[in-house]
Amino acid sequence: MKQAFWTLFALLAHWRRHRLNLAALLAGLSIATALWSGVQALNANARKSYADAAAAVNGADTRALVSRQGGLFPQSDYVRLRRAGWKVSPVLEGTIRLKDKTLRIIGIEPLTLPRGARLSGLGEKIGLEKFITSPGAGFAAPETLDTFGLRGAVASLGQAFPPVEVLSQAPPDALIMDVGLAQKLLDRHDQLSRLIVESEGEAPLSDVVGQTLRLVEPNQDSDLARLTDSFHLNLTAFALLSFLVGLFIVHASFGLAFEQRLTIIRTVRAVGVSARTLVAAMCMELFALTLLAGGGGLLLGYWMAQALLPNVAASLDSLYGAAVSTRLSLEPGWILSGMLMAFAGAISSAWSGLIRAFRLPILRTQPQAWREAHRHYLRRQGLLGATVFAAALAFWFFGGGYTAGFALIGGASLGVALILPVAMDSALRLGGRFANRPLTQWFWADSRQQLPGLSLALMSLLLALAANIGVGGMVEGFRLTFTQWLNERLIAEVYFEAKDDLAARRIEQWLGRRAEVEAILPTWRTKTEIGHWPAEVFGLRAHPTYREHFPLLSQSEEAWDRLTRGDAALISEQLARRLKLGLGDAIEIPAQDATLRAIVVGIYPDYGNPIGQLRVDADAFKRHWPLAPRTNYSIRVAPRKTEALIRDLQEEMGPSLARLANRAYVKELSLSIFERTFAVTGALNTLTLIVAAIALFFSLLTLNEMRLMQLAPVWALGVSSPRLAVVELVRTLIFAATTALWALPLGLFMSWCLVAIVNVEAFGWRLPFHVFPGQWAQAFVIALLVALAAALVPAIRLARKTPAELLRVFANEG
Amino acid sequence: MTPSALSSPQPFLRVVGLRKTYPSPQGALEILKGVELTLEAGASVALMGESGSGKSTLLHLVGCLDRPDSGEIWLDGTLVSALPETEQATVRQRAIGVVFQQFNLIPSLDVRDNLAFQARISDRLEASWLDELTERLGLSSLLSRYPEQLSGGQQQRVAIGRALAVRPRLLLADEPTGNLDEATGDAVLNLALELVAETGCSFMMVTHSARLAAKLGRQALLSSGTIVEDGVWPGRRGER
Ligand SMILES: Nc1ncnc2c1ncn2[C@@H]1O[C@H](COP(=O)(O)OP(=O)(O)OP(=O)(O)O)[C@@H](O)[C@H]1O
Ligand SMILES: [Mg+2]
Repeated sequence: MKQAFWTLFALLAHWRRHRLNLAALLAGLSIATALWSGVQALNANARKSYADAAAAVNGADTRALVSRQGGLFPQSDYVRLRRAGWKVSPVLEGTIRLKDKTLRIIGIEPLTLPRGARLSGLGEKIGLEKFITSPGAGFAAPETLDTFGLRGAVASLGQAFPPVEVLSQAPPDALIMDVGLAQKLLDRHDQLSRLIVESEGEAPLSDVVGQTLRLVEPNQDSDLARLTDSFHLNLTAFALLSFLVGLFIVHASFGLAFEQRLTIIRTVRAVGVSARTLVAAMCMELFALTLLAGGGGLLLGYWMAQALLPNVAASLDSLYGAAVSTRLSLEPGWILSGMLMAFAGAISSAWSGLIRAFRLPILRTQPQAWREAHRHYLRRQGLLGATVFAAALAFWFFGGGYTAGFALIGGASLGVALILPVAMDSALRLGGRFANRPLTQWFWADSRQQLPGLSLALMSLLLALAANIGVGGMVEGFRLTFTQWLNERLIAEVYFEAKDDLAARRIEQWLGRRAEVEAILPTWRTKTEIGHWPAEVFGLRAHPTYREHFPLLSQSEEAWDRLTRGDAALISEQLARRLKLGLGDAIEIPAQDATLRAIVVGIYPDYGNPIGQLRVDADAFKRHWPLAPRTNYSIRVAPRKTEALIRDLQEEMGPSLARLANRAYVKELSLSIFERTFAVTGALNTLTLIVAAIALFFSLLTLNEMRLMQLAPVWALGVSSPRLAVVELVRTLIFAATTALWALPLGLFMSWCLVAIVNVEAFGWRLPFHVFPGQWAQAFVIALLVALAAALVPAIRLARKTPAELLRVFANEG
Repeated sequence: MTPSALSSPQPFLRVVGLRKTYPSPQGALEILKGVELTLEAGASVALMGESGSGKSTLLHLVGCLDRPDSGEIWLDGTLVSALPETEQATVRQRAIGVVFQQFNLIPSLDVRDNLAFQARISDRLEASWLDELTERLGLSSLLSRYPEQLSGGQQQRVAIGRALAVRPRLLLADEPTGNLDEATGDAVLNLALELVAETGCSFMMVTHSARLAAKLGRQALLSSGTIVEDGVWPGRRGER
């Protein structure tokens, strides 16, 4: 014990004089832990929100009845079931748009809500009268009140909107109210979306309600959880990448510390510390450092999650319409898993050092042997890189799918990163061949010698740059495609939504009398569910406007004519991929009373939409969804007369309008949604690059101390120390530039994987692949700047070294 | 073993048929080819020989820092060369003090902690003895300096102090004064010999200097992998 203590003392004393290295080590481990645990916190928070939302009315272990065809069902079914002795409780769910966000309306009946449901105590807690008696009340979590501005006066929202009160158990972005009130607010009279089953009655379900309803077992993942899975996997993959980049720093610092402490290790062993005790002391040191860095990392991760949460919530909302609480709540398990990750990272970075320390002969071995060993090491690393690369390719080739796409990206990145030092070593050797002046010869040879110390930092720079190019390219490509697509898709000059059906008819008539109006195009819409996926049905007319402009990925002959006949549908790319439908396939669309059977005659891109979409003829729509509100329209007007029409429409029809917008506004809105979609991706991308910059910075800074050994003899031979500093600077820039060049093909490959594999699996759309040389140039410049910043401090320090400091190198050689 | 050998007292250190080879690009290189050497308790021997003859190698083997290919090293009746690693470590910290050509001190610790290190890990720290050593080695004013802030001679003196602080049974020194000028070297060695005599430990020292070697009780010459001469030098024999 005493031995271990004093050995630990000697080991720890090392850090006092190598603070920078210690800082790098702690920073690396903290950052790695922070990025990992921060993203985990974000994921956990979102998942909890989904679960809360699902459990709020359902309870974790209650069964429910839903429409067999998806969508809503008549309230009469509920009444019949109650009469037949079924203990069921009605629920109506729907959404309204408020402040550009989705507010979920949950209508419940507190009296019949079963015990298991989270809100079951609601009746007693807030008083039933308040709930049911006019004007009724809505209940929402405090943060929901804030985000939607529901505190205080809400009269402006319309008559059906009840006063809102605080209920902390309410799920995020949701408003809970009596089911009758919800029916009024959502305009779904006498309709329900679900019945919660407390206990079944004597009579079998089919005897009571026929084939309209089906029983759903509890504990199935909520739709949201299923839908957002890929998004969270995406985040996790990013976190893992950042974690790895962070670990590169840790690994490099441990490696450096090990080299620097060889003398300590040898001396304490020589005076009688056994290898076992030494390793035990090193383990204790590792434990203490990890505890420190891991704790710091958790704090940092919490802070990071807090900062990123609005971005994540925005992305989830615009991608999936999912509501995520913007208040971070953490479980104790999060701390534990974060710490475990910190330890896993620390051990994986330090174990090779520990094993070397255990096996280290006390006496110095010849440097020749070290060089030989390093060559072997490089060769093995190159081989490993190639193997990982090949394995990833094979995995993707034989596996396919989303995870395989990520495995391909991961494997390829790791493979290329591992090969990087080998390739650089060869390049430097080649450079040395062509050098003819002594100083340049020394330059190449010395650069090769520096490579082992720098290679980890360069590898992490490579990964970060490649991720930057890859993800940046994907997002930029998406932006390009998206704006083009929006331009094509948003053809009409004016868009409006009427307050209700009656108002819509009135506005239609009014517009019909205006000469400048070229066409009034219905864009009626309703929700349904196909193959357990939520979907939106649009009713439209095959007007020339669509025939000429509406972007389609593929279409059957005379698609628009067939659409007009009523038995054909256009479906969005997402839906086609999800349901594996192609042109000419039949699709059964659950409608209000019966099923609408249609043939797919066209597939259109619908970027950024979380749910599937279908477009059918407006008349067919009216027939099959007689109750759906027909309130949405777009108008073709001569462009010059648009503003005047909008003004007149507003003036004369104002009270009948729910929304009125021109094309520019709708476009702007769509673009802002797009920006929110990739808010997290951008933030994480930047973080990774920062981490890599830190990695390179610390590696160079710490290496500088060891560099003196190699530089002092050159200095002694008459090269001035400022000149040496310049040489060092140039060397680092060459390293960084080469790394950036390597990162380019890898980044392009990543971008391709994201576009062609991951996005398709995750979101259901495939973008055309674009390249952006401007971005490459940017990444290249960033790499150089990072390297310059990192090399400048050591170079200046070197230039300022006094002869005495340089001389001491010789004195210490003994 | 003959009855007479049994009756005579065992020498404190006994090296028997010691062999050691190193791998080299040109094949295995046999450095020690059956070295035989003994040292009585409290006695001293100077080990001499050409550069590369294997003096340091022999010293390292005796100090349990490396293992021979064959042969035996007995220390105080124990076959130390065959002990498992952990027990060898215990022998090193309790019974042996070493002063090397290089890497004597722990760079992360100051002089004070370096002096006390071996004594601390072997639980033999005697504050008064350490103070006395510090005083006599002239290190009192250097206690809070770090190794790289010391001159070569100062470093050697700290190493000697560190080694003697545990009151070892055997002190091994590899050219302890190799980097020092003649006068300083003499002073350091005289001091070391004085302290060795007081503690009664055995002393084995590698040196290239015949003058310094003459200060020790016996001189052994290593050549071609064996001890070719062992005894009191003619010159000194004459002095007696
Ligand atoms: N780890 C090693 N690997 C290979 N050869 C070694 C190793 N250590 C020492 N040698 C070789 O063994 C021989 C003896 O080395 P040793 O250090 O014992 O010589 P020495 O007598 O102490 O020399 P000097 O007087 O110069 O210190 C030398 O030729 C040396 O090159
Ligand atoms: Mg030697």
